[in-house]
Amino acid sequence: MSSTSSTISSIPASASRSTRSTAWGHLRRNPLVGVGLLLVLVWLVLGLLAPLIAPYDPLRQNVSNRMRPPHAEHIMGTDELGRDVFSRVLYGARVTIPAGLMVILFGTVIGTLVGAVAGFIGGWIDETIMRITELFMAFPTIILAMAISAALGPDVRNAIIALVVVWWPNYARLVRGLVLEIKSKEFVEGARAIGATGPYILFRTVLPNCIAPAIVLGTLDVGNAILTFAGLSFLGLGPEPSAADWGRMVSSGVDNLNQWWTWLFAGVGIASVVLGCNFIGDGLRDFLDPRLRKGN
Amino acid sequence: MTKFILRRLLLAIPTLLGVSFLVFASIRLVPGGPAVALAGELATPQMIEQLNRELGLDQPLLIQYVNYLGRMLRFDLGRSIRSGLPVVEEIQTRLPRTLLLAVVSLAVSSVLGITIGVTAATRPNSLFDGGSMIFALLGVSMPIFWSGLMLMIFFAVLLPQWLTSIGFPTGPILPPTGSGTWQHLVMPVTALAANSMAIQARMTRATMLEVLRQDYIRTARAKGQKERIVIYVHALRNAMLPIVTIIGLQFGTLLGGAVLTETVFSWPGIGRLLVDTISFRDYPVIQGTVLTISIGFVLTNLAVDVLYAYLDPRIKYS
Repeated sequence: MSSTSSTISSIPASASRSTRSTAWGHLRRNPLVGVGLLLVLVWLVLGLLAPLIAPYDPLRQNVSNRMRPPHAEHIMGTDELGRDVFSRVLYGARVTIPAGLMVILFGTVIGTLVGAVAGFIGGWIDETIMRITELFMAFPTIILAMAISAALGPDVRNAIIALVVVWWPNYARLVRGLVLEIKSKEFVEGARAIGATGPYILFRTVLPNCIAPAIVLGTLDVGNAILTFAGLSFLGLGPEPSAADWGRMVSSGVDNLNQWWTWLFAGVGIASVVLGCNFIGDGLRDFLDPRLRKGN
Repeated sequence: MTKFILRRLLLAIPTLLGVSFLVFASIRLVPGGPAVALAGELATPQMIEQLNRELGLDQPLLIQYVNYLGRMLRFDLGRSIRSGLPVVEEIQTRLPRTLLLAVVSLAVSSVLGITIGVTAATRPNSLFDGGSMIFALLGVSMPIFWSGLMLMIFFAVLLPQWLTSIGFPTGPILPPTGSGTWQHLVMPVTALAANSMAIQARMTRATMLEVLRQDYIRTARAKGQKERIVIYVHALRNAMLPIVTIIGLQFGTLLGGAVLTETVFSWPGIGRLLVDTISFRDYPVIQGTVLTISIGFVLTNLAVDVLYAYLDPRIKYS
């Protein structure tokens, strides 16, 4: 994490058009990035079209047809309540992927704002905010998220809230560092000299220069957020028990190990989408940190 | 050095206080407050009021926290609602098992991760380099709870079935759940170590690639030093600093990951205790376990900082 943050903070904050086109060229040449994009795209499309593609209602129970291994009618079999596993896997993409993305979205926005304010104002406000971020980082991610979602009660919204609480400090630290650097630059001095107010300088002059690195860190983190959300949901702290959700589906494997079709495919869903995100993130990191680039 | 360690220990105190406050405060997030959670939804307002008085929940928050800290320092974390046993006792019986799992996983993942990372860095762009890094990405992408189940079905169900079918009747190759023997450790450790091994391999590769480009490495080679010594003595020692940081952070991640692994393999550790008690809303135990794991995490970071001074004598701490 810290090395990633330092790599990101060392890149030029505002990417020019030419840097962007180089980045795209580099990412396009990296075959793993292509595979990653394809994996993520396939799951996004499958999730979006789930109501059209899914052969059955993912929640409809049919106890007389329970625990059937894959066959022509149910290509991924049926679960302990006779629900169609294939339909549930498709619908599962509609829960896990957006949840991971929302954690990153809110984490980035909150972290960026808090970090920017801390770095810009400085003094005791900065000190206090930074001590608070350190405090949140003193917990293992999933443990703090478990404690918060246990207190709030298990459901999707609370799991996302719990993960956002755990996630924002990374962004706050990154952006604060960037703001400290940028606020001493001449163009900020210039803005001040022409009489711009504090909030104007922060939001119109300083912050736009910090957004690119925060977005990069967010991209690198999406896979991790999806994995942690799936973990919470596996432990029963995510969506309600009957929901078609990947983490929940895998948790049924603890009791029904031999009926592998009930848990295997949902796990393939999580692993493939996270792998896709990591391939993309890795390509991005490769581009940003030339020391890691192959052939150098 | 002693002065630095003392200073660092003193600096850990505010962090530990903060962690304990967050854990203490988290129970106040419970809808309706802790008393409602304890008494159940059918409790009358009088019962809740009485419970609040008994638990000291009617006092100001700061006084409650000071009392909580006082009890904590005397190793009194209250009693479990479910079993009636002191929370400290419950944690004491389970913590060693989680530590065993985490330490063995950390050892396995560090040895393998560093070896793979060094080998990949010394052969950049080779098949090994590319293959191991894709493998590492797979390792960080697989959910621990799912890979645990995959290991379980392979070693406890599929492999024995196959061996039996070709004329070697056998039971499960490895015990799928429980603890007690080294065989019980194999699958949980594999599931838990895979993820952190991947992270360490990537980190080691990246750092080694950078160190191997330094002038002193060229000097060592130029004076005819054996390649093995160049890699493991000259380069690795200097690459160790970021690697040690990652290993330290991994220990905390492993403690967290133990929650998932222990649930899959019914491993009777502190993570399993946390998961079980969450469904019972056994708040004293939840607070106790979260506090214990977090203190472990803070202390590990402290140990990593102290290790720095040993590994890199250039760093001056004042």
